[in-house]
Amino acid sequence: MALHFELVTPAKLVRSEDVHMVVVPGSEGEFGVLEGHAPFMSTVPDGAVQIYKTEGSAPEEIQVRGGFAEVGANGLTVLAEHVEG
Amino acid sequence: MASLKELKGRINSVKSTQKITKAKQMVAAAKLRKAQAAAEAARPYASRLADVMASLASKVAGNDNAPRLLAGTGCSERYLLVVINTDKGLCGGLNSNIVRAALAKARALQAEGKSVQFYLVGKKGRAPIRRAFPDAIIGQFDTSEVRNPGYEEAEKIAAELVDMFEGGKFDIAHLIYPTFKSALVQDPTLQQIIPVPAPAEAVEDNSGAVVEYEPGEEEILTELLPRYLKTQLFGALLEIAASEQGASMTAMDNATRNAGDLIQKLTIQYNRSRQAAITTELIEIIAGAEAL
Repeated sequence: MALHFELVTPAKLVRSEDVHMVVVPGSEGEFGVLEGHAPFMSTVPDGAVQIYKTEGSAPEEIQVRGGFAEVGANGLTVLAEHVEG
Repeated sequence: MASLKELKGRINSVKSTQKITKAKQMVAAAKLRKAQAAAEAARPYASRLADVMASLASKVAGNDNAPRLLAGTGCSERYLLVVINTDKGLCGGLNSNIVRAALAKARALQAEGKSVQFYLVGKKGRAPIRRAFPDAIIGQFDTSEVRNPGYEEAEKIAAELVDMFEGGKFDIAHLIYPTFKSALVQDPTLQQIIPVPAPAEAVEDNSGAVVEYEPGEEEILTELLPRYLKTQLFGALLEIAASEQGASMTAMDNATRNAGDLIQKLTIQYNRSRQAAITTELIEIIAGAEAL
């Protein structure tokens, strides 16, 4: 019961871990991704990606700039041009 | 025959040259490791982006209103060659190999009756290309002021290229850069970047589910194409960085070894003339003593 989440920038693979839920600021509104999400693709404008490690835990925020999110069979992949922090 | 003093001076000068080349070799070896690590770290992003591109492009490719960066301008008369060179020398034949590949491609295109223009990145390619094609350079990008050309530089280059493409300055762009294979081998590589070549085959999503797009497929693709271009350029910048250090390491290793050989030869010559001088002196003394 975990979502495989990857955050990748051109410089490096920032995150690759199993988490509970990730909230991504899509270009047409925020969306949360849980395990078993339907295949989905969206552009991501500048904003914060919130990562919930477990159910009910406090979210960890990562600022991303210029990105792209893809949900597929193997989890969520966020491709960002820049990541802060 | 050179005098003893002259020989000594030469030996010393070769020795100090050897010290420099040895230092440069070690610096290059250390930097090479870093550059290689950076190139490896960039791979996941590039491969994921390529996957996404492939699946999107195959969906949009048939449409008439596909983005121009993917579909091209419809003709193929004017070519742009984006040549990536290093800013510094002391790296053996790396730059001349790239320039030779670029010029060969340019001549081949001209023979087909196409017009060729150049966009240069890095200092070292400018002079030889200007000599061969004096009026064909329409732009250059200076990477000499930044320590490690990175994604920001790639972004700027990509923006400039897209501007020129939108402005109708060229129809097709090729990128020429060295692929780092090992410290000994860096092959010049030619790659089409604009219009973005359609990936050979789309990776089929075996889940069978329909992928939802937000906003539409074409909007995503329009945003993705420039990013794909940036990634390609970024990859090329990383390759040139690794190649430069690799080539430099090999070239400096050779130079250090040559200097060692030269020192050995000069030392033998020096010792011979020293002995000869001593012998002559002795003969003179003996001859003088006998005369008495």
